[in-house]
Amino acid sequence: MKILMILVAGVFVNNFILSKFLGICSFLGVSKKLETSVGMGIAVTFVMTMASAITYVVQYAILNPCHLEYLQTIAFILVIAALVQFVEMVIKKTSPALHQAMGVYLPLITTNCAVLGVTILNIQNSYNFLESVVNGAAGAIGYTLAIVLFAGIRERMELSDIPESLQGFPIALISSSLMAIAFLGFSGMI
Amino acid sequence: MASAILIPVAVLGIMGLLFGALLAFASKVFEVKKDERVPVVREALPGANCGGCGFAGCDALAEAIVKGEAPVNACPVGGAAVGAKIAEIMGTGNVAETPKIACVLCGGDCDAAPHRADFYGLKDCNEAMIASGGTKTCRFGCIGLGSCVAACDFDALTMGDKGLPVVDPDHCTSCGMCVKTCPKGIMNLIPKDQMIHVDCRSREKGKIVRSACSNGCIACKACTKVCPTGAITVNNNLASIDYDKCTQCGACVEKCPTGAIVKEDRVVKVNG
Repeated sequence: MKILMILVAGVFVNNFILSKFLGICSFLGVSKKLETSVGMGIAVTFVMTMASAITYVVQYAILNPCHLEYLQTIAFILVIAALVQFVEMVIKKTSPALHQAMGVYLPLITTNCAVLGVTILNIQNSYNFLESVVNGAAGAIGYTLAIVLFAGIRERMELSDIPESLQGFPIALISSSLMAIAFLGFSGMI
Repeated sequence: MASAILIPVAVLGIMGLLFGALLAFASKVFEVKKDERVPVVREALPGANCGGCGFAGCDALAEAIVKGEAPVNACPVGGAAVGAKIAEIMGTGNVAETPKIACVLCGGDCDAAPHRADFYGLKDCNEAMIASGGTKTCRFGCIGLGSCVAACDFDALTMGDKGLPVVDPDHCTSCGMCVKTCPKGIMNLIPKDQMIHVDCRSREKGKIVRSACSNGCIACKACTKVCPTGAITVNNNLASIDYDKCTQCGACVEKCPTGAIVKEDRVVKVNG
């Protein structure tokens, strides 16, 4: 039951982008096209889930026994950076077009605060291994959901008549804030 | 005490080494074969990243050349010399192209073309263009605020004392940045050995041109009649020279009543 709660809370209630406001950079950067946003969502899902699992091991098998809890941030970033490098290699090999489309935002998953955020929250909420992985996956699914929905909205916006001063990022920020308000409706669920 | 420093260093070091080793292994498994000619072509390019070729910099151009999406002599800065080098790398014949140079196709200096307004905005031609289409009476003439001079990465353009930009043929690399910047389309790339050109872009009728500028082309067609090779045509009230046909005899320069067709005396160094 707790697993299900974590899943629902991670995807909807504590959505990383729309209620915690983490990972906004790539959310705005890669959401211009539906296809690339799906690719970005999958990449982030992989990194976040794997990072949750590995950082759990790093925290409880390395940092805690050595009393090095203060190294949490740098150790976690090390893990995330290595994972992102790995994902980039895989994508470059399997889908050069996706690699081109994601461009600089792919290495930027390294500094995507949503990934570091989820790993640190796992430790702070003292989740066990399974709960950490589920929380990581749920956060990533929430990220994917938000970015894919937003990409759909932005594709529609391309065709609409927007006042000149609001074109581009201004209207994107306004519509993402409206999405955040909509997601606020989930906050009563749990 | 020392262990308080050494243990964290050791832990992070080992973790780093471990991840590094894993990544090194993964990079072998997921290796993407890259054409080894790309870095060689990139090395042959000037590396100014000016964007004159239309690609996003020298790296992008090198990749496009290797893929065959761009000609070997696509770099306007490097000119024929770089083109020949890249042709050698690519194993294709050199596509000979005459070197080009930027040219100011407007004769409306401060003596010839009067102003109709003062402009107090930013010292930028595009800014003035938005405000009122420039300050000269001639709608097609050089605004004279020197945006082309600012756009030139190679110090080849200076603002002359008569209010028109002056091209330094020794420094111009024909990258075309001034051509892209000029809101009036006055900066043009012409063959480097082409001395005769029409220094006017006005498509107005002769009478209006006369009232706006004493050096403008009034479309009298005298040049078309005098040209022995038929290189000059008048379209939309403006004479234009076909540089392929022009023998640079200079008959049109003498005939032109307003001095819109000029013969330059720039020293050409055909060094490739």
